[in-house]
Amino acid sequence: MGAYAIRRLLWIPLTVILTTMIVFLLVRFIPGNVVDIIEAQMAANGGGTIDRAAIMHLLGLDVPVYVQYARWVSSIVAHGSFGVSLRSSQPITPMIIQRIPLTFELGLMALIIGLLISIPIGVYSAIRQDSITDYILRSISILLISVPSFWLGTIIVLYPSIWWHWAPPMEFIPFLTNPLGNLGMMIIPALVLGSQQSGSTMRMTRTMMLETLRQDYIRTAWSKGLSERVVVIRHAMKNALIPVVTMVGGGIPGLVGGSVIIEYIFNLPGMGRLMIDALNGRDYPIISAINLIMATIVIANNLFIDLTYGWLDPRIHYQ
Amino acid sequence: MTTKNGNAAPVKRVEKHPGFFFDLLKRLVLEKPLGTFGLGIIIIFFAGGIFSKFIMPFGMGQIHLLERLQNPSSKYLLGTDELGRDELSRLIYGARISMEVGLGATALGTVVSILIGATSGFLGGKVDMIVQRFVDVYMSIPNFVILLTIMTILPRNLIVMIMVLGIGGGIWGTRLIRSAFIAIKSYTYVSASEAIGSSPVRTLLVHIIPNIMPTLIITFTLGIGQNILAEAGLSFLGFGLPPGIPSWGVLINSSQAYLQTDPQLALWPGVALSLSVFGMNMFGDSIRDLLDPRLRGGVGRYSLSDKKLQQLKENLSAKANK
Repeated sequence: MGAYAIRRLLWIPLTVILTTMIVFLLVRFIPGNVVDIIEAQMAANGGGTIDRAAIMHLLGLDVPVYVQYARWVSSIVAHGSFGVSLRSSQPITPMIIQRIPLTFELGLMALIIGLLISIPIGVYSAIRQDSITDYILRSISILLISVPSFWLGTIIVLYPSIWWHWAPPMEFIPFLTNPLGNLGMMIIPALVLGSQQSGSTMRMTRTMMLETLRQDYIRTAWSKGLSERVVVIRHAMKNALIPVVTMVGGGIPGLVGGSVIIEYIFNLPGMGRLMIDALNGRDYPIISAINLIMATIVIANNLFIDLTYGWLDPRIHYQ
Repeated sequence: MTTKNGNAAPVKRVEKHPGFFFDLLKRLVLEKPLGTFGLGIIIIFFAGGIFSKFIMPFGMGQIHLLERLQNPSSKYLLGTDELGRDELSRLIYGARISMEVGLGATALGTVVSILIGATSGFLGGKVDMIVQRFVDVYMSIPNFVILLTIMTILPRNLIVMIMVLGIGGGIWGTRLIRSAFIAIKSYTYVSASEAIGSSPVRTLLVHIIPNIMPTLIITFTLGIGQNILAEAGLSFLGFGLPPGIPSWGVLINSSQAYLQTDPQLALWPGVALSLSVFGMNMFGDSIRDLLDPRLRGGVGRYSLSDKKLQQLKENLSAKANK
């Protein structure tokens, strides 16, 4: 385990360096130079001409790409600064820090809701395998994966407002000013995001439970005359849920990616919303910064899963 | 997947067994009611896609300016959109686009997965190490986010959409193919093939590919639904297909401005999208159960079924009472 952990850790810096390169270079290919966009806006607003060279210099776009990359990385490492937004000239780091808590809250709530839905249903579906209930529950789990969250979100906002003239609160309430109001407002977005995640967790729980229920030690537990409740909860679930824990961790990238759409639909000022706005505005530094932050979250998460897996399940030995 | 080590017969197993797909279909219908239901949905979806031109009551771009944003009527079964185009026709045409995107991107993705996964898994060593680090990096950025970023760079049309989803999905599929390769590489028949002097390409095509068919079939069926959803998500946000191509994602996107007055414009494309993907996932899931021995959930195939357990419990408690 120790040697594995060290080897695993040694790869991290390389992965991170390659990620910064890809993330940085990717957005440089975005067509429609930001200066062109500024010029077009000036023209639309009846403004005059602009000094292109001066603006390019001001934005640091007048030097070769590798110099831009070196500047970018060194300012992140040295000052934790992702530069300034090309559109608003605001520093990006505080902008993102301000938005991370919301995305984190959304993700965490979705994760909890997802587990609350999926684990009991997955377990029940397994202990009543091939019954009508099992078929219905499995169909629901597959349906949850199949319904696109952007559409579900739209419909959930739309139809109650048409039928009952009631719409979920769309006004953003910060957690610190009104915790309960904030949770009440976040519950529907989190439910939409969480239900989509719960589909795959439910299936995994069911499969793992089925596998575990066929083990010798479960037969032993039955033959000891233990009740179904004890066999299922104490003997089977404990073992079956280990891979599920990993899979929940593996679903975090999906949660991060899914939050982009959810924040867009429900108009939540999180990191995903910032990403969409930046993509529309060709604001490279913000796009690079968010890509990098999301990648870092995923890399850290994957490392954590790999390392805790051996600890959770002593049967696994890394070499 | 059920091939035994040391058996001389398994060369070209899949080809020598002409009933493979028929057999699979038979087992699907007999053992998996949910999967059969999914297959039914898929057949309807593909039929709609292939014959869309004959089923559509109106052309997909046929504009009736005097009959804009109409409610469902006998002339326009699902009403009309903001330019007076028949919603039902556009919906049926959407099946065609989804079919093209789903099949095209998944086929391309499978080829990319095999190319990268095979090189990596088959050659091993340094090549594997280097290729896997790049795959690591790609996979560390959430898929939807990297797709959004890439689609900002590229022109928006059907071919680009298929290429991006295909190559992106292909890189994600690499891991699975690679591990299947590594598992099969250690089998005796692969060593035997190498021992009689077959070229690596021959070993790959004749011995390895047929034996990873189950993995490929599973990733393919599940991939179609995922690609259709990804396309719809991107188009919904305005980074996928352009408004001129009425995919279901585009239809939901363009319905946003008329939600309050014409909610059905958002409703039907989503229903069609969800149902199609639902069918594909149901089918793919059942196929996985049938093909993957690790995940096989068949009736009492491995050990005690519920009924037997119940009997055993009753016997035990009867004995205990005596």
